[in-house]
Amino acid sequence: MDNDTQKSLITVNTDAASENPDSILNTEEFSIFYGDFEAVRKVSCSFFKHHVTAIIGPSGCGKSTLLRGMNRMNDLIPGCRADGKMIFDNANIYDRTIDVVQLRKRIGMVFQKPNVFPKSIFDNVCYGPRLHGIRKRSQLEEIVERSLNQAAIWDEVKDRLHTNAIGLSGGQQQRLCIARALAITPEIILMDEPTSALDPKSTTKIEDLIGELQKEYTIVIVTHNMQQAARISHFTVFMYEGDMIEFGKTQKLFTKPEKKETEDYITGRFG
Amino acid sequence: MDLRTRKLLDKSFSALGVIAILFMALFLVVILAPIIAKGSGAFIFRGTVEYRKLMFDIWNRGDEKALAEEMQIVAKARKPVYEMMDDFRRELAAMPSSERRKYRRALNDVEKNIENLLGPNPDDREPVLMRQRYGQTRWDMARKHLKDVLYATEWDYSGGMGVKVYVPRQDFFTGTSIEELFPYIEENIDAMMAPRLTLYLRFLTDDSRDSHFFGGIWPELLGTIYLTLGAMLFAVPMGVIAAIYFCEYAKQGLVISYLRICITTLAGVPSIVFGLFGLAFFLNTIRVSESKSVLAGSLTLALLILPTIIRASEEAIMAVPSTYKEAALSLGAGKWRTVMTVILPAALPGILTGIVISMGRAAGETAPIIFTAAVSVGKALNLDEVFTNPSPALPWNIYNLCTEHEAVDQIRHVQFGMVFSLIAVVLFLNITAIVVRARVQKNLRN
Repeated sequence: MDNDTQKSLITVNTDAASENPDSILNTEEFSIFYGDFEAVRKVSCSFFKHHVTAIIGPSGCGKSTLLRGMNRMNDLIPGCRADGKMIFDNANIYDRTIDVVQLRKRIGMVFQKPNVFPKSIFDNVCYGPRLHGIRKRSQLEEIVERSLNQAAIWDEVKDRLHTNAIGLSGGQQQRLCIARALAITPEIILMDEPTSALDPKSTTKIEDLIGELQKEYTIVIVTHNMQQAARISHFTVFMYEGDMIEFGKTQKLFTKPEKKETEDYITGRFG
Repeated sequence: MDLRTRKLLDKSFSALGVIAILFMALFLVVILAPIIAKGSGAFIFRGTVEYRKLMFDIWNRGDEKALAEEMQIVAKARKPVYEMMDDFRRELAAMPSSERRKYRRALNDVEKNIENLLGPNPDDREPVLMRQRYGQTRWDMARKHLKDVLYATEWDYSGGMGVKVYVPRQDFFTGTSIEELFPYIEENIDAMMAPRLTLYLRFLTDDSRDSHFFGGIWPELLGTIYLTLGAMLFAVPMGVIAAIYFCEYAKQGLVISYLRICITTLAGVPSIVFGLFGLAFFLNTIRVSESKSVLAGSLTLALLILPTIIRASEEAIMAVPSTYKEAALSLGAGKWRTVMTVILPAALPGILTGIVISMGRAAGETAPIIFTAAVSVGKALNLDEVFTNPSPALPWNIYNLCTEHEAVDQIRHVQFGMVFSLIAVVLFLNITAIVVRARVQKNLRN
C-alpha cells in the first residue's frame, strides 16, 4: 500500500511536535511481570513534556499495563512486579524511597470507564485537593471552577454542583473524571482508553479537550482506535505482545513506519 | 425446547413463587394476629374499680375524690353480699352438726372465690401479699372469676372418663338464706366492679408489682434495649473493622480462607453454646463482673452476632466496584483514606442490612443471656449499673412468665403484652435502620 492511500485512510495530527522536546518520563529496559508472565518486555522510550503520546497495539499487547506502570497502579494487582527503570524527575519511581501518594499526585490517571464517586460533583472534584490538605472553602471552590472549566464541563454542571455525579451522562462523567484528575494539578495525565465507553459525540469532546490540555499537561493515552491516536497524538508507541515495536513521531509512524508489524497493524491487516 | 414449553415453565415457576410468598404471608398473619390481638389487651382493656384503686395506691394516679366516690357506690352494691354471707353464717351456727359440716365446706369455697373476685372482706385484716389485697383489676378476668363464684367444678365419671361439669352453687344452697346471693352477684357484678374502658400505655414504662401480677414491663424492656444496644456497640465496630481487614488489608491466602471458614461456622453455632461460653469466659475467667451483668450479656450477644456482621460487611465491601478504589488511589489516596472516604460510604447500605438482621437477633435471643445477664425479677437499671448488675429482659421473662410463674394463667395479658412489646421493639429497631439505609442509599444514588 502506498503512502497516499494511507493518508486518505487516516487523518494525522498536523499540529507538529516541536523539534527538540524535553522528556519528562523515561523508561529504561522496563518490564512488568504478572507472576511468571512478562506482560511488558524491556521497553525503553521517552515521553515528552506538553505533548500527547499515544500507545497503540492489539488487545493484550501490554499497553494498558505499561500505562498503569507509570504511576504504579499495578501495585494493586497481586503477583505483579516491575523490573528495569521508570525515571521521573531524576528518580526511579519504583525505588523504595518513593512515596506513591506523592507520585500519583504528580502523575494522574483517567480510566476506561468513567468512575465518578457516588458523591456530589463538587465533592468529586474536591476529593484530590482535600486529600492533599486543602480545607478552605473558597480555595476549593476556586479549584472546582478551574478544573471543571479546563475539562470543558463547567457550563453544563455549574448550576448543579451539589447534585450526585452518578446522574450525569457517560461523557459528562468522563469529563468530570478528567476534571477530578486535573484538580490536583498533575504534571502527567495518563489516560487508559478514555473514550472507549463513550458515544462518538462525547468522544469528539474528549479529543478536543485533550488538544487543549496538552498545552499545560503531558498526556499519555492508550487507545484502541488508531484514527484517534493519529488525530490527537504527537508521538506514538506501537506495542505488540509485550514488546515495543516502534516509537516515533505520530506523523512519521503513521505514514512511513519502519517496521513491518507496524505497517501491518496500522493498515488493518491484524489487530 | 419450543416456545410453548418455555412459556409454560416460566408461568409455573412464577406461580410457585407466588404460592410460596402467599404461604409465608399467611403464616405471618397466623402468628402475628393473635399476638397483636391479645398483646394489645395489655394496653387497652376494661379496668375495674380495683384497677383504679391499685393505680392510686401504688402510683398515686387518678383523682382521689372521684375514686372515693366510686368506692362508696361500689361498696354499697357489695354490701348485700357480705350481709347475706353473715346471715348464712348465723344460720349455719344454728344447724345440726351434720348439715353444718356439709355447708361449711361449700361456704368456704364461696368465700374464697368472692375474695378473689372482689378483694378481701372489708372487715378482715389487710393481707400481706399485694395480689390478695385487690380483687380482679381486669374485667375479662373478673368474668372468669364470676363463673367460679357461681359454679362449682365437679368431675362426672359416669361415662367412664372424667368430664368436667359446672354445677350451679345456687342449687346446692337451695332453701338456705344464702340462696339469693348468687343471682344477686350475677345481676350486680357491673355495679360491684364498675368496669370502664382503660388505656394503660404505662404498661411499657411501669415496673412490675408482686411479680407481674400488677404493673408493667419497664425493667424487661429497658434490659432488652441495654442488651441489644450494648451488643451492637461491641459487635458493629469489631465486625466492620474485621471485614475491612479481611477485604482490604489481609494478604489473601490459606490463613485468611481458613479464618473465613471459621467465621461462617461460628455463625451456625447454637446460641446456648454461646451462652455457656459467655458464662465460662466473661464471668468465670476474665470476670467482667462479680455476678451476671448486662455487660457480660452484651459481650456474649456481641460474639453471637459478630459472624453475621462480618460476613455481611465483607459482602458489601467486596461489592463496591473496584473502579472506585482505583479512582481514589490514582488521586493519591492511601489505603486508609480510600477505605474511609470511598469504600465504606459505598458499602454502608449493605453493612446496615447486616446490622439490621443481627440487631433483631440480639434483641430476641434467650439462650445466651440466661447464664450471663437475665434475672426473672429485678428493677430497671440506671446506665451506670449495667456494668455490675443483671437485668430482666423480654425474651427470658417471656419464657419465665409462661412456664415458671406460679399463676401462669392469671397473667396471660402480661405474657402477650411482653411478646407484643418484644416484636414492637425489634420492628422499631429494624424500621429505624431501614430508614437510615434508605437515606444513605438515596445519597449514593442521587
